[in-house]
Amino acid sequence: MKKTLFDKVWDAHVVDTIKNGPQVLYIDKHLIHEVTSPQAFNELEDRGIPVFRPNQIVATADHNTPTQNQDQPIKDELSRKQLEQLSTNCKKNNITLYQLGHKYNGIVHVMAPELGFTQPGMTMVCGDSHTSTHGAFGTIAFGIGTSQVAQVFASQCLLLTKPKSLRVSVNGKLNKGVLPKDVILYIISKLGTNSGTGYFCEYAGNVFEEMSMEGRMTVCNMSIEMGARGGMIAPDQTTFDYVQGREFAPKSEDFDKKVAYWKTLPTDEGATFDKEYFFDAEDIEPMITYGTNPGMGIKITENIPVEENASFKKSLEYMNFEAGESLINKPINFVFIGSCTNSRIEDFRVAANFIKGKQKAANVTAWLVPGSKQVEAQIIEEGLKDVFDAAGFELRQPGCSACLAMNDDKIPQGEYCVSTSNRNFEGRQGQGSRTILASPLVAAATAVEGKIIDITKHLN
Amino acid sequence: MEKFTTLQSRAIPLQIENVDTDQIIPARFLKATDKKGFGDNVFRDWRYHKDGSVNTDFALNNANYSGTILVAGDNFGCGSSREHAAWALTGYGFKVVVSSFFADIFKGNALNNGLLPVQVSETFLKELLSILENNPETEIIVNLEKQTISVNETLSESFEIDAYKKTCMINGYDDIDYLLSKKSEIEAYENATS
Ligand code: SF4
Repeated sequence: MKKTLFDKVWDAHVVDTIKNGPQVLYIDKHLIHEVTSPQAFNELEDRGIPVFRPNQIVATADHNTPTQNQDQPIKDELSRKQLEQLSTNCKKNNITLYQLGHKYNGIVHVMAPELGFTQPGMTMVCGDSHTSTHGAFGTIAFGIGTSQVAQVFASQCLLLTKPKSLRVSVNGKLNKGVLPKDVILYIISKLGTNSGTGYFCEYAGNVFEEMSMEGRMTVCNMSIEMGARGGMIAPDQTTFDYVQGREFAPKSEDFDKKVAYWKTLPTDEGATFDKEYFFDAEDIEPMITYGTNPGMGIKITENIPVEENASFKKSLEYMNFEAGESLINKPINFVFIGSCTNSRIEDFRVAANFIKGKQKAANVTAWLVPGSKQVEAQIIEEGLKDVFDAAGFELRQPGCSACLAMNDDKIPQGEYCVSTSNRNFEGRQGQGSRTILASPLVAAATAVEGKIIDITKHLN
Repeated sequence: MEKFTTLQSRAIPLQIENVDTDQIIPARFLKATDKKGFGDNVFRDWRYHKDGSVNTDFALNNANYSGTILVAGDNFGCGSSREHAAWALTGYGFKVVVSSFFADIFKGNALNNGLLPVQVSETFLKELLSILENNPETEIIVNLEKQTISVNETLSESFEIDAYKKTCMINGYDDIDYLLSKKSEIEAYENATS
């Protein structure tokens, strides 16, 4: 039988099948962080169950960490306690933790691939919906709830019903200024926020084949924003080259053996999907969102659509936008370049490239938050920090930061923020804040101009 | 986990689509390390104005409505995987959420916490919401064994639930018990693949 990439990886991890019910799926790697793990550790402790495979778990602190003065004690008491709890739990259970300040610390979906934990053909989970990011490697990776975190602690397995399959193909040549973020925002704007619910998505076509690993991660990251539990891209030479030589990646002969296996994973020709969508690369332009869910996206040159339904109106009212208007020239006071969607070195290179020789607009507060300590180090090493400093941008220390505003990095009430993160929900970046999702290029341009501009004109 | 068989209750209508988990429980309340107290902050930014005063327009603050069933618009629970959303809803006292569509992770989280997600057709949801608007004291009956949700003789629908999950809900079992009973198979799998 012809199999998809997803089928191959899934089937290789089934331990058992319950008649008329879910399957027991083995999990190779379990990533944890401070926010969604404490209750799972408590649960195990209460029931007297030990952690089954501690060496298949990796922990980091990211959601609730400050992005300034990381060497000093955390001021917020609850945040400090949550981090202490993580350290205690990891120590007690022999789990590797890259805590705040460690050279490998970072956002869980940035640090794990960077260290070579993420490998093709694996199953990976984390108590975080953007675990879908790791699918860029041809990995089945998805977010789970805290009860499931406890299940994986206890058994290294999960009870799951196999999702349906979906393939999104994008072929052709991308226009100038169109980044991976625009590709995924475009797809979501066309398919809506729940078209993927119940499905696992594969991205195919030359656009993804030609994309860097960083770009593929950006795309897979936002699979959850169209409802899909995860997204995958077939592993190829780009993937192997990225994995090779990383700290925890297989070495020498071991690596070659793995590569031979990884090469068997791509979807067989003629394999069928439950649902398929096709897009032309030429139709995609730099994107921007205008509403309060990630499906509410338009080309930056387009006007906000006019719709009659109540949810649409509520959303525009929250954003204080009019149906039918253009966003070009809207003044913007906050810009955030960061989050597990766009905080890798490539994203900062794109931003620096645009910013070089220019100045940040006086009205704008611009935060650049690297995804990990390693990205931060690279920014400095490549001289990008000098570009940012000279232009008046603020390079902060790694973490989730204003993506979810759990720490002090909050956008004030009523303010717009052009953000490279993944969610524009009401209040996501701080109570009453208004998020506009975009690529790092559009974000950088907004910061320089102090308003939204038609980036396409600047590039031609 | 609490057992669930049948429930008869009044309901609170939430006529909003795409209710995401950031609305159910905003991120700033996720600093706790236990499961307690989240109910106090469920829908925090819709229930209260920024100055802390009560938003009387919001359904949960409408004295006409009460009960342990929440009836919400399409695509409920999208966004973050935070199980805190399920803890916030159960903490507030909800036992059932009715919608025409649920996001995957939320659905799983709800089931793992004895909160029953009942997915109904769009027409049923529309009718139910309009009945609640006109007669807030209407009672709804949810029967898990029979997999039915009914408002009166004429308005009734059956709903889907995974057979395994149904057994767990009715008996109050959770997945950990089951997975632990599979330890030897799991170890055999590990030996075969390593
Ligand atoms: S950066 Fe944002 S989306 Fe990514 S893991 Fe952190 S909070 Fe979640």
